[in-house]
Amino acid sequence: MAVPTNGSAPANVEEAVPAATISNAYKNWYRFSRNPTAVIGAVIVLIVIACALFAPWIAPYPEQVDNFVDFRARHLPPSWDHWFGTDNVGRDVLTRVIYGYRISLLLVVVVLGLSIPFGVMLGLMAGYFGGWVEIVIMRLTDIALAIPPLVMALAITAVLSPNLMNAMIAISVLWWTWHTRLIYSITRTLKTQEFVEAAEILGASKVHILFKELLPNCVSAISVKATLDAGFVILIGASLSFLGLGVQPPTPDLGTMVATGADYLPDRWWQSVMPGMAILFAILGFNLLGDGLRDMFDVEDVR
Amino acid sequence: MEFLYFLARRLLWSILVLVGLSIIIFTIARIVPGDPARIALGPLATQEQVAALQAEMGLDRPIHSQYLGYVGGLLQGDLGQSLLTQRSVNEDIGDTFAATFELVVATVIVSMIIGVPAGVMAARNKDGWLDNSSRFIALLGVVTPAFFLAILLQLLAGYVLDILPVTNRMPAGTDFRADITGLMVVDTMLKGRFDLTVEALRHLLLPTIALSAATIGQIMRITRSSMIDVSRQDYIESSRAFGIPARIRTFKYMLRPSFVPPLTILGLEFASLIGNAFVVEMVFGWPGMASYGVRTILQKDLNAVMGVVMVSGLFFVFVNLLIDVLVGYVDPRVRIRGTR
Repeated sequence: MAVPTNGSAPANVEEAVPAATISNAYKNWYRFSRNPTAVIGAVIVLIVIACALFAPWIAPYPEQVDNFVDFRARHLPPSWDHWFGTDNVGRDVLTRVIYGYRISLLLVVVVLGLSIPFGVMLGLMAGYFGGWVEIVIMRLTDIALAIPPLVMALAITAVLSPNLMNAMIAISVLWWTWHTRLIYSITRTLKTQEFVEAAEILGASKVHILFKELLPNCVSAISVKATLDAGFVILIGASLSFLGLGVQPPTPDLGTMVATGADYLPDRWWQSVMPGMAILFAILGFNLLGDGLRDMFDVEDVR
Repeated sequence: MEFLYFLARRLLWSILVLVGLSIIIFTIARIVPGDPARIALGPLATQEQVAALQAEMGLDRPIHSQYLGYVGGLLQGDLGQSLLTQRSVNEDIGDTFAATFELVVATVIVSMIIGVPAGVMAARNKDGWLDNSSRFIALLGVVTPAFFLAILLQLLAGYVLDILPVTNRMPAGTDFRADITGLMVVDTMLKGRFDLTVEALRHLLLPTIALSAATIGQIMRITRSSMIDVSRQDYIESSRAFGIPARIRTFKYMLRPSFVPPLTILGLEFASLIGNAFVVEMVFGWPGMASYGVRTILQKDLNAVMGVVMVSGLFFVFVNLLIDVLVGYVDPRVRIRGTR
């Protein structure tokens, strides 16, 4: 449960740093750095982000990303020149995996950028205003939760056409519901606390209470949820493109690479196993980091 | 009596959700850029042919009347005609649903009988090596994409070890129709073909593992944490003081209240489980509703897609209703709260 962060720290930690404002940040860092899984998660996430940002400089053969064919170099197994081997038209798989992270992270940023503000806004309103606002918003959320997200995304990309843009839309359409639920439950317990009542008595506007009093206390829960979400958005995006309903070739997408590579199983296993491992690696990183942040911020019921 | 009241409320709510679901599905089907009739007939059809099909599909009527027509069809269990198979969507889904149902039921059973005991064991050995290793395995289960796990299983069990079949529900050329319940495993037993039951189970094994990995992980984690929460309760503390043996304490006093969170999680997880069924069925060539769904989606077969989404939602709502009733049964507090 997210409570205003003014809890007392263990005495030895408080003594180690002088000012109270630093103390909180330091305390969090102290707890975080002593949680091995969280640190591993953070390292993995940083690697993935670095790959996405600096792909042209990191990738061994940047010219082989999309429209490149070299039939002499087809189906080469992993070697010193091609760590992850080459694919069915002779492109370096490692290069495409590194560029693939760009697509995955772009998907994460857009989906979460669209759905978090929307979901948080609705959750704040439902939790604080109560009454019919609460009933309408929460019932809508319940209905939206009854549709399996991947099935919904499949249906939407089916009626639109399969590409990155529509995959983003299709995933975002339902993603906000989880944030609405989370923020709703936090807000509902927060609104009876004294600092909210005090603001109300002082005549603060509704907007002020929603965004200046309630929202800051949801930030840690949102950041934990967003980190865990990042992994699941990558997962669902990869599932979509695995089925041929997401990003279309020749754009280097990890799910598509697994699907195309699967045609050459079992002998040329690296073409699907390596991109698959790359997806697993990224999701694992975001999950470990999310779990670590959850322990650090002490927000237990975020899942 | 109070339980009946709880049940009635819950049932009413499920119906409301389904109405909402039908509106959402209908809206999506109508935001198609372009004309469903044109998509169905292809670019070579004449304007007259398109207009005729529009009239036949009711696309020339006002939108609310179209929706009422759609719901009217739904209530009679009519999902329209599939463009891909040229049969009614009901028949198509009727033929394929049993295979998906069998896979999903197997997955739920496996998830519960592995996830709950693993969670209990981890909680009893909190922070020991057993706890840490099972938590690590649970984490791997949660983060591995179902389609990737499916491929790895095919590689390992079907090729490297060569011990299990990797596609379909039965060996090719088997002369057997599951026409009693539609569930291969059950029907082979009912007809006394126990040799085929073994085959059915062998075919079911890999898809079930691929589909259940994530659910097992989630259930194990939640069982573990709820067992630990319960073990800190006062009544457990006093039962310890009274000298009640650890085994009885664990299984009699701690397990029942700890059973509620895994059930609830199973309900929520069921959504992603149905979603994952779509990819797992594709990989294993499982002739179920989900692979029918993917095939029709790729063909833009709108009626079939709407039907598959609706049935998936119905399945989800029904399972959650069932789980809520179970939770109400296991935990009396829930059904009492439900009546207020």
